[in-house]
Amino acid sequence: MRDVEKSWPSLADARHLGKRIDRIDGPVKVTGRAKYTFDVNRPNMLWAKFTLCPHGKAKVLSVDVSEATRVPGVVVAKELPLPGDATCHWHGFEVAVVAAETEEAAREGARRVKVEYEVLPHNVVDDTTDVGDWVDEGRSREQGEVDEAFASADVTVEGEYGCPIITHCCLESHGSVVEAKGDAKLEVWPSTQRISSIGNDFANELGLDPKDVHADCQHLGGGFGSKFGFDVWDKACAAIAEETGRPVKAMLERDHEIMVAGSRPSAYAKVKVAARKDGTLTGFDFESWGSGGPSRSGALRMPYVFTEVPHRRVHSNVRTNTGPNRAWRAPGHPQMAWLTMAAVEDAAAALGLDPLELFRRNLAATDRPDVYAEELDVAAGLIGWKEKWEPRSAKKGVVRRGLGLSIHTWGGRGHDSNARTTIHSDGRVDVECGTQDLGVGTRTVLAICVAETLGLPVEAVRVHIGDNRLPPSGASGGSTTVGGISSSSRTSAVDAVNQLIARVAPDLEASAEECAAAGGRIFVRSDPARGVAWAEACALIGQDPIVGNGRTDPELMNSGVGGVQMSEVEVDVETGVATMVKHVAVQDCGTIVDLETAESQVYGACIMGITSALFEERVMDPVTGRCLNPDMEFYRLAGIGDVGELVVHMMQTDAHHGRGVIGLGEPPVISPLAAIGNAVANACGVRVPRAPFTPRNVLSALAKGAAR
Amino acid sequence: MNRFEYAHPTTVDEAVRLLGSTFDEAAVLAGGTDLLSLMKDFVVEPKRLVSIAGVAELAGLAADGAGLRIGAATTLDALVDSNDVRVLAPGVHQAATGIRSRQMRAMGTVGGELLQRPRCWYFRRGLGLLAQDAGGSLVERGDHRDHAVFGNAGAAKFVHASSLAPILIALGARATLRSPRGERSTPVAELFRTPAREGERESTLAPDELLTHLDVPTGSPHNATVEIRHRRGLDWPQAAAACALTLDGERVAEAALVLGHVAPTPWIVDVEGLRGKTVDEAAVAAGEAARKGATPLPGNVHKVELAKVAARRAVLAAARRSF
Repeated sequence: MRDVEKSWPSLADARHLGKRIDRIDGPVKVTGRAKYTFDVNRPNMLWAKFTLCPHGKAKVLSVDVSEATRVPGVVVAKELPLPGDATCHWHGFEVAVVAAETEEAAREGARRVKVEYEVLPHNVVDDTTDVGDWVDEGRSREQGEVDEAFASADVTVEGEYGCPIITHCCLESHGSVVEAKGDAKLEVWPSTQRISSIGNDFANELGLDPKDVHADCQHLGGGFGSKFGFDVWDKACAAIAEETGRPVKAMLERDHEIMVAGSRPSAYAKVKVAARKDGTLTGFDFESWGSGGPSRSGALRMPYVFTEVPHRRVHSNVRTNTGPNRAWRAPGHPQMAWLTMAAVEDAAAALGLDPLELFRRNLAATDRPDVYAEELDVAAGLIGWKEKWEPRSAKKGVVRRGLGLSIHTWGGRGHDSNARTTIHSDGRVDVECGTQDLGVGTRTVLAICVAETLGLPVEAVRVHIGDNRLPPSGASGGSTTVGGISSSSRTSAVDAVNQLIARVAPDLEASAEECAAAGGRIFVRSDPARGVAWAEACALIGQDPIVGNGRTDPELMNSGVGGVQMSEVEVDVETGVATMVKHVAVQDCGTIVDLETAESQVYGACIMGITSALFEERVMDPVTGRCLNPDMEFYRLAGIGDVGELVVHMMQTDAHHGRGVIGLGEPPVISPLAAIGNAVANACGVRVPRAPFTPRNVLSALAKGAAR
Repeated sequence: MNRFEYAHPTTVDEAVRLLGSTFDEAAVLAGGTDLLSLMKDFVVEPKRLVSIAGVAELAGLAADGAGLRIGAATTLDALVDSNDVRVLAPGVHQAATGIRSRQMRAMGTVGGELLQRPRCWYFRRGLGLLAQDAGGSLVERGDHRDHAVFGNAGAAKFVHASSLAPILIALGARATLRSPRGERSTPVAELFRTPAREGERESTLAPDELLTHLDVPTGSPHNATVEIRHRRGLDWPQAAAACALTLDGERVAEAALVLGHVAPTPWIVDVEGLRGKTVDEAAVAAGEAARKGATPLPGNVHKVELAKVAARRAVLAAARRSF
């Protein structure tokens, strides 16, 4: 038996773990002291801006930077390397870069670069497969006896659903600040989701030794899966920094950001559902398509969650000349949830069943029936499903309310992570981990895990992250961070505290195994009065601090979550204006480290999901191939007044707590679109097949419904 | 944005002498909420900005028995905060509160709001006010979900963006303009026009004319603005209607109805037929009148329905009825 066990304490024993704890970097963020890459300004710094292709698709015939170089303040103006066919495949494709003394001069210079294009045929239409050669052959898959299911079904329901391409829209746009330090050394401040490894890309690009590249990203303003890359703007920034010997800042303009720096593929499907009268789902048939830009986007694996129901699916890829897709928080899942849950809700409506009942009756077709059953009950209670739900046909009046639901799933196993906990003779504690905080509370998680282990208050732990000189930790994607860093920091703190106990135990006339660390003391378990305060214990350390090393431990983490969301909306059926009334999210994620930041993560995901359901759409002009709304005026996001009441319930029972830590970034963003879409259908009395649920889409569905 | 000369006159006379004979020469800078965005995107590149922030005589709001006088540089917040506006011209107050951006209301002015440039995404992305290429109108062939459903037979397909113009027109407000040639007064309705050729503007102001103030008659308090907006925060209405009524008991004696965000100008609806009707009958008739003659494009049919609903609700709201 070890003095301090590595396993997580139980809910009852935990001092910090699973409690509601304010994020430790809240004050620096709200006071503006937190420095994001966008805030990094170096002495004598140049600003870089890009000349972008204004066409959907065009071959570059010539680039002339001479006029740009004559703009006062411009220092560098040069062509960027183009693909082998010298072709720009989307509006916003980078053709040249200009660096100047001021941001304004760089912008002016970028406009003065003269580019001659041969405009080529393009396609930006993706909501239909009727676009000629721009469609790739469908891929199909079948599981179970699908034909038989449809032949013997009591009812067959058909529908068509879809959602457009949306973008990541990070508050902080993509980019880097790069400074050459002489002696072939480089300092970089990238806005990145992988601080531990991004320096290597800069090193490779400039032919430097990776150890000579110092990368620092203390805070980043969102990533959502779009900031893993080493991008054209990072490369250009590094090249100019090397060439001029001056610091260079290349952060994307908002239009550039929206056009090229990440998007979520569109998804559309014709869906057939076979069911029995009692609501048992017996078959699915999906004919889906969608676009993630010029290359193939990920296939949609439907049915979502109800995977055991016999099904057939075929997915076609529509190629469009639009900025390419990047992983968007839970890649593919929100779309799959929408295309599946909408069809399931329509089946319930056709059968005259309460969809909650229909979901309950089909949980055996999911991976975790018990979790969903429990979460459906909690969510139904929180939204008042039983009291409020009425069938579509019962809706009357101009302003109508409706309820909808969706369920989801995610893995979320922690990534490889290393951490180091250092205890100093003056009692100070540092935890170091080469991870990054996308804005979700990563620092707070590290402080909690170490403080819990050492028996100290959370504020006693100093946290160091966002630096590639720290113990390497994985990229933050796929809800992998919290599992990785909680286990690496826990094991590093266990290592450190056990070394401390080993030094203190002789003074307590006990063996190390008999001692514990809690409440700011080291003491003998059987006789807690026999102990020393933390500071006294640390005074025994001497000059060299105690260093504990830790790494990801599979026993401290787990994978696989459920999650249920229910939504109440209000629709004015004369204006088509849909507004949120209430949205309930019930979520499990194994061992919760910080209940407060976990809830925040879910609140944020709900807002992001509500935005995608009601407002978001990247609009492309079919004639010119240009993006029409690369700005925050017409790329509409929800404001605080648009989100309604949000209720978050985290599943925190002994059983869930005992599972180990599981990631939470993705799961809660999956269901909002589907739940809201179903609530809108319930309110309107007809299915609004296309997201976002704008007045136009709602009125169009109502008009078609009336015509029928 | 381009390099420009900055002038900050303190009198109207001085200000109008600083304006040019073309819009490229000089632009009036009031709150800057529209102009600066346009300049940052290089949609306009005036050589000189004439700030009117220091022209004291342009700001201010006063009420007398006949109406309201509103200086062109009065902020939108001042309209929202004014009890006189709220009581005497509730439709103006509603239109101002419908501008949901705190920043725009704090900085934006009445004159700037009336004379803001269209929010057409082709125009704002630098493709021209009329957005035409060799094949004709990009709007017609492209994504025109927010574009005009009335008055769109010519080249102009954008919608006029002002929230205040419809109700000011419905109330019969007049605008006073000053140029180096002197002063002129015109109905607010005549400040706007539909451009036929690229280069023409959507306002009738000469490049060297400055809007100085508005006179808003405040006879009947039965007026209202109803906007259909999706977001609670900053969002442009998809359709709006302003209505001014004179009531004779339960019946409509006089009516004016102006639609917003559906045509290249504020769109005046013929409501002669409302006279003598009860409020409920008038509301239905107004809705029908509002959709008459609509010429939607394939992608904005919904806006005709929205115009109808806004018109009907505006009549009810003007008569202080719920809808």
